[in-house]
Amino acid sequence: MTTPEDITVESALQKSKRTLTASEYISSYFQRVRSGDLGSLPIIIGLIIIAILFQSANSNFLTPRNLVNLFVQMSIFTVIGYGVVFVLLLGEIDLSVGYVAGVSAVVTGQLLARPILIPPELQALADLINGGSLSYEVPWYLAVACSLGVATLIGLLQGGLITLFQLPSFIVTVGGQLAWNGVVLLLMGGAGTVNMRNPTIRGITQSFFPAEWGYALGAIVVIVYVLFEAYQYRSRSRAGLSVKPIPIVALQGLALGVMVFAFIYVCNQDRGLPFVGVLVLVLMAVLTYLTTQTKFGRYLFAVGGNREAARRAGISVERIRLMGFVMCSLLAGMGGLILVSRLGSVAPDAGGGQLLLNSLAAPVIGGTSLYGGSGRISSAFFGALVIAAVDNGMFLLGLGAGQRLILTAIVLIAAVIVDALSRRTRERSGIR
Amino acid sequence: METILELKGVSKSFGAVQALNNVDFRANLGEVMALVGDNGAGKSTLIKGVAGIYPFDSGDYIFEGRKVNVHGPRDAAALGIEVVYQDLALADNLDVVANMFLGRERLDRLGRLDEISMEQACIDTLSSLAVTTLRSVRLPVRSLSGGQRQSIAVAKAVMWNSKVVILDEPTAALGVAQTRQVLDLVRRLADKGLAVILISHNLHDIFEVADRITVLRLGYLVREMAVKETSYEEVVKEMTAGKLSHVPGMKES
Repeated sequence: MTTPEDITVESALQKSKRTLTASEYISSYFQRVRSGDLGSLPIIIGLIIIAILFQSANSNFLTPRNLVNLFVQMSIFTVIGYGVVFVLLLGEIDLSVGYVAGVSAVVTGQLLARPILIPPELQALADLINGGSLSYEVPWYLAVACSLGVATLIGLLQGGLITLFQLPSFIVTVGGQLAWNGVVLLLMGGAGTVNMRNPTIRGITQSFFPAEWGYALGAIVVIVYVLFEAYQYRSRSRAGLSVKPIPIVALQGLALGVMVFAFIYVCNQDRGLPFVGVLVLVLMAVLTYLTTQTKFGRYLFAVGGNREAARRAGISVERIRLMGFVMCSLLAGMGGLILVSRLGSVAPDAGGGQLLLNSLAAPVIGGTSLYGGSGRISSAFFGALVIAAVDNGMFLLGLGAGQRLILTAIVLIAAVIVDALSRRTRERSGIR
Repeated sequence: METILELKGVSKSFGAVQALNNVDFRANLGEVMALVGDNGAGKSTLIKGVAGIYPFDSGDYIFEGRKVNVHGPRDAAALGIEVVYQDLALADNLDVVANMFLGRERLDRLGRLDEISMEQACIDTLSSLAVTTLRSVRLPVRSLSGGQRQSIAVAKAVMWNSKVVILDEPTAALGVAQTRQVLDLVRRLADKGLAVILISHNLHDIFEVADRITVLRLGYLVREMAVKETSYEEVVKEMTAGKLSHVPGMKES
C-alpha cells in the first residue's frame, strides 16, 4: 500500500526535471562516452586526422577547388547511403543499391538522350500531348518521375519478397544486384555510351549558388536552428521538463554557425556553394526529421531493436520493414539521378564498380550499427566524407587504385571495430 | 465480485503438443487472480491466448458478459487488457518514454511525435507508482537495472486505463526490496478496481497478494479456489498431483 513516505519523498525523477547546469551537462556527456556511447566522436576525430595527414603531405588537399569537387563526388553515395541507413536500422541489409541506382540512371539517360519517336498509328496521342509532332521530347520531370517510380517498384518487389516469404534480405538483394545489372544491360540495348545533355538534369551537379545566395542560405540554416532550440526550450520549460542549459545551446549554435559559414566561405572561393551539396544537406534534414520525429521513424528503431516487442506493441512489423526497403531503393534511385547528372552519359557499367560498397560502407563508417536499432541519417554523410577524403587525398598523393582500395578497406574495418568495442564497453559498464 | 473476463472450455495445441485442454478461467474486478502450475502447465499459453498473441483453437472468450473475438494484441488492448511479459518486451535501444508509449505514440497537430506530453505523462505515471530510483526517463532501457525495467513494464501496462492487467512472473528476477515494491503495486492495482492476473512460481508472493488461485497442470484445469480457504500445502499438492478435471478416458480415483 502507499505509505505517506512514498508520496513525500522527492523521487530522483522529479529532481531530474530541474535543469542541469552546463558543467553537469558536460560531465554527463563524458560519462556517456566513457560507458561506450561514443556518438559522433570517432568520426569527427577521424576526419580531423585525415585532414591533417593529407594536408601535410600535399597542400592541394584543403584547397577550395578540391573540397568542392570532393563534395560533388561524394553526393552520389551519400544519398544512396541515406537509404542504406533505413535498412541498417531494421537490422537488414540491401546489396542491390548499386544497380538500382544504375537502373534509375539509365532510365533517365535513355529517356532524355534523344526525342522519342511516336509510331504513326498513335497520331491521336501525338496530337494530344505533342501538338501533332511525332518526335516527342520527354520533359526532365517526367524522366525523373519514371526513374524514381521504377526505383520505388524495385523496393516494393524486394521488400515484398523479403517480408511476405520471410526471406533473408541478404540473399534477395544479392539476387537483386544481379537482376538489376541485367536490366541495365537490356535498357542499354547494346549501345556503348548514351549521352544525356538535358541542362536541368546536368544542372543538379553542375550549378553553383552565387556567393550572396550561399551566405543567405547559411544564415537561414543558423536562424532555423536557433528558432528550433528556442521553441524547444520554451515549451519544455513550460511543461516543467528538464532543458538543455543555455550556455550549451549557445555554444552549439555558435559552433554550427562557424562551421556553416566556413564551409560556404570555402565554396565561394571556388565556384560557390554546389547545388547538389545543398540538396544532400536538405535531404539529410528531411530524412532526419522522418527518422526521429515521426511514428514511422520510431517504429524503425523499435523493429530493429526488438522485433518481438514491436509486434506485441501492435506495430505492423512487416509493413515497417517493407517501407524501409522502399525508402532504401527510392534513395538509391535519387543517387542514380545524381550519377547520370555528373557523368552526362550512361554506359552499360552504370551503377557498378565501387558504388555499392561505398554506399554500404558510408553509414557504417559514420557509426550506424550493423546490428540494427542504432544509427542516424547523418552517419551516411560523415562516412561518405571520410571515404571521399581518403580516396581523394590518396589520389593527390599519386597513389594507385590498389593502395586506395586497401586504405578504404582499413578505414571500414576500423569503423566496425570501434562499433564492436563500444558495444563491449557498454556491456561491461553494467549496461546490458 | 463482478467477473470481467471469462474463458469457457478453451483449448490450444502446437502440432502434437496439447498445451491447453478444455480450460475454464475467470478474472474478477478488484481481485488478484493467481495462475499457478508447474513448468509446462499451460500458464503462458493461456495468457498469450488472452492477450491475442495467438487465438485459441476452440472455446469461448467472454469479456464483460459478451462473447468476443480477439485476433491480435490490438484487439486485446482495445478491450482494456494489458500484459507484462516475463521477458518484458521492452526495446533496449529506445528510451523509457519511447517504450512506455510504443505503439500508442501521441502526435501533435503537425503529426510529429509529441515528446513533451509523452515525457510528462511518463514522469507522472512513474511518480504515482513510486518508482523512485530512476534518474531520467530519457535513458535507453538497456542502461536500467532489472527492478527498474520491471517497474517500467508494469507502469507501461497500467498507464492505459486498462481493466485487466496480466503480470507474468513479475518478481522472478528481483531482490527483496524491489519484490516488496512490485507486490505493493499489484495489490494497489486490484484495490483501484482492476482485475489483476498474476502468474508466479512463488507461493509466498501469491499468498500475500492474491484473492483467488487457479491451478493448472499439464494443460488441464485442476481447481480454482479462494486464498482464504486454502493452504500452502494444498496448493502444492494440487500443482504436482492434482486431479485433472474433464479428462476424457481418465477415471476419477
